[in-house]
Amino acid sequence: MSAVSIQKVWKYFGDYPALRDISFDVAPGSCLALLGRNGAGKTTLLRILAGLSRSSKGEITILGQDARAQTTRRAVSVLGHGIGVYEELSAFENLKLFARLYGLADPAAIAADWLQRTGLDRVRDGLVREFSRGMRQRLAVARAFLHNPSLLLLDEPFTALDDRAIKMLQDLLRAALKDGRTVIMSTHQLREALELATDVALINRGKLAFRGPRTQEMLEDPTWLYRHYGEA
Amino acid sequence: MRTRLIVLFSVLAGGLLIWNLHTIFLRVPDEASQGAIFRVFYFHFPAAVTSFTLFFVAMFSALWYLRTRDLRFDAAAAAINEVAFAFATITLITGMIWGRIIWGIWWAWDPRITSYFICLLMYFGYFMMRRAIDEPHRRARLSAVLSILASVDIVIVWKSIEWFRTQHPGPVLEIRGGGGMAPGMEAPLFWNVVVFLMLETALVLVRMRQQSIQSEIESLRRYAHAF
Amino acid sequence: MNFLRQALAVASKDLRSEIRSKESINASVAFALVILLLFSFAFDPTSDQVREIAGGLLWLVFAFAGTLILNRSFARELVNDCLDALLASPVTGAQLFLGKAVANFVILTVVELLAMPVFSIFYNVHWTQSIGLLFLVMLLGTWGLTVIGTLFSAMTVNLRLRELMLPMLVYPMMIPALMGAIQLSSLLVAGEPVGADNQIWFRLLVAFDVIFSLLALALVETVLVG
Repeated sequence: MSAVSIQKVWKYFGDYPALRDISFDVAPGSCLALLGRNGAGKTTLLRILAGLSRSSKGEITILGQDARAQTTRRAVSVLGHGIGVYEELSAFENLKLFARLYGLADPAAIAADWLQRTGLDRVRDGLVREFSRGMRQRLAVARAFLHNPSLLLLDEPFTALDDRAIKMLQDLLRAALKDGRTVIMSTHQLREALELATDVALINRGKLAFRGPRTQEMLEDPTWLYRHYGEA
Repeated sequence: MRTRLIVLFSVLAGGLLIWNLHTIFLRVPDEASQGAIFRVFYFHFPAAVTSFTLFFVAMFSALWYLRTRDLRFDAAAAAINEVAFAFATITLITGMIWGRIIWGIWWAWDPRITSYFICLLMYFGYFMMRRAIDEPHRRARLSAVLSILASVDIVIVWKSIEWFRTQHPGPVLEIRGGGGMAPGMEAPLFWNVVVFLMLETALVLVRMRQQSIQSEIESLRRYAHAF
Repeated sequence: MNFLRQALAVASKDLRSEIRSKESINASVAFALVILLLFSFAFDPTSDQVREIAGGLLWLVFAFAGTLILNRSFARELVNDCLDALLASPVTGAQLFLGKAVANFVILTVVELLAMPVFSIFYNVHWTQSIGLLFLVMLLGTWGLTVIGTLFSAMTVNLRLRELMLPMLVYPMMIPALMGAIQLSSLLVAGEPVGADNQIWFRLLVAFDVIFSLLALALVETVLVG
């Protein structure tokens, strides 16, 4: 059974087709790099997978179920453009809140654990509004990973991360993949993403232009895919 | 097909209206206590009753959109609400004219006029909200929710203002006067309700056609810009 | 049970946030004071007439100052895309709504408790008669305002012209609750007992609160996600 099954999905904003007849599967334990120019439809697709938006036509199955089902959302994690943490709460309070919302036992311990794993335990009681950008990003990553999601949806996660945070995220993703979890990641940072990716999909103006395994050729020449399948 | 319906309803409504106007102005005698102005009731009452009903019909159309996600029901709901709004305004204005002639005041805070005013304000907000949303399904969804809330609220508002005014009585704008109406005078009232309903149906259909042409123009514009 | 626990997690998050920043509560209290000042120009503050309309004035202050808080309720979740983080989590729309409504209710009640003594001082009106019943009316009326305000905050969260539209949408909806609260408050301030023919206002308030709470809980998921 695939982790994610996308069948004939269309998304209209008014009359504008943001996604046109997208169909593909993602096998469990794989890491899919979702590529495409700005405005191609990557974020739209990820939002539908995250349950934040409904497709106009077509079906999406995540871990065998509907994207909006509670059991699904418990097992899915979303890291979008915004960091998704509260400015007026401390790092610890933020993580504890999300641990509670995801129904985890002993939220406080989990929060403390993840603060340590992301190197934020020294500032655990600092309010997010005082944090530097790098610290906020790390906290966002902690929020995304703390409930041990089976499926991780990441929208341009490497953008605006400093070197240390990039390495931390890559390590976490590698560990998650080794653990059999699935990752779908849209990106412009081809090099960092293609290193981790096992599969690649290219979206071009709402249509699926390419879907296949990540090859060595792609890794050596990240723009290969765009040159062969992307728009001019 | 739709054009034929529009023409049919309009012609029927027009014909009936002319016949009714003839009855109202030439056949029916002046009412005993109120005089000639009583005739405004022949327009005030049908406008009130039909517009009130239409708001609820629109709510059901909106509910059906939520069920089926078919945008045509949203288009219908919006058109019905627009026509209802227009006729509710007519209700209010004819009521005010009558009040001015009979009581010498343009406005009195009696239950019905106040409730109608609140209703108008709520639906004004409804139209404002619709204008602020471009995406059709989102607009339909939020309009449906607002329609449900407004319909429930208008019932509660009506009842509560009635209670309020029974405790603080003001001038009672009871157009109908004491008791029923003389036999010959009821018929044109009934017919005018029929006329108004037909007119409103025709207007709703016209509005819906305007809406679909409008959205076609918009989508053509979008394609022109995008490619 | 879990439903309430999740809702309470959201409520305590909102309250903690508000206690730290105090942005809404400061603005609301300041606005309440300004309204009380403006009222003093509209009529003679020392006349006996004020006692008659005190109930009405009080609830106008509550409604205006309150909607300041309620309107921001969901909009403040847009910062850092926190609303998306919440909607992607297992929390349902109803739990999110209930949590926010409870937090708003607490904040609004605090603002009202701060405004009442000021009102007393400015207009020489005494609330101390039937303070218990008055407090009950305050709670019932405030919940009505809160439910409507929070729901409309959810409806307009992503709309442009939000600030222009919200007053138009929210105040007409609140009218039955305001009427009930005003009637009862006026009676209690005048020291009159709430007789049989006035109990209808209590029933109106309770009915309004129940009906709109249920409607809001049922509709909020549709509003937020679709």
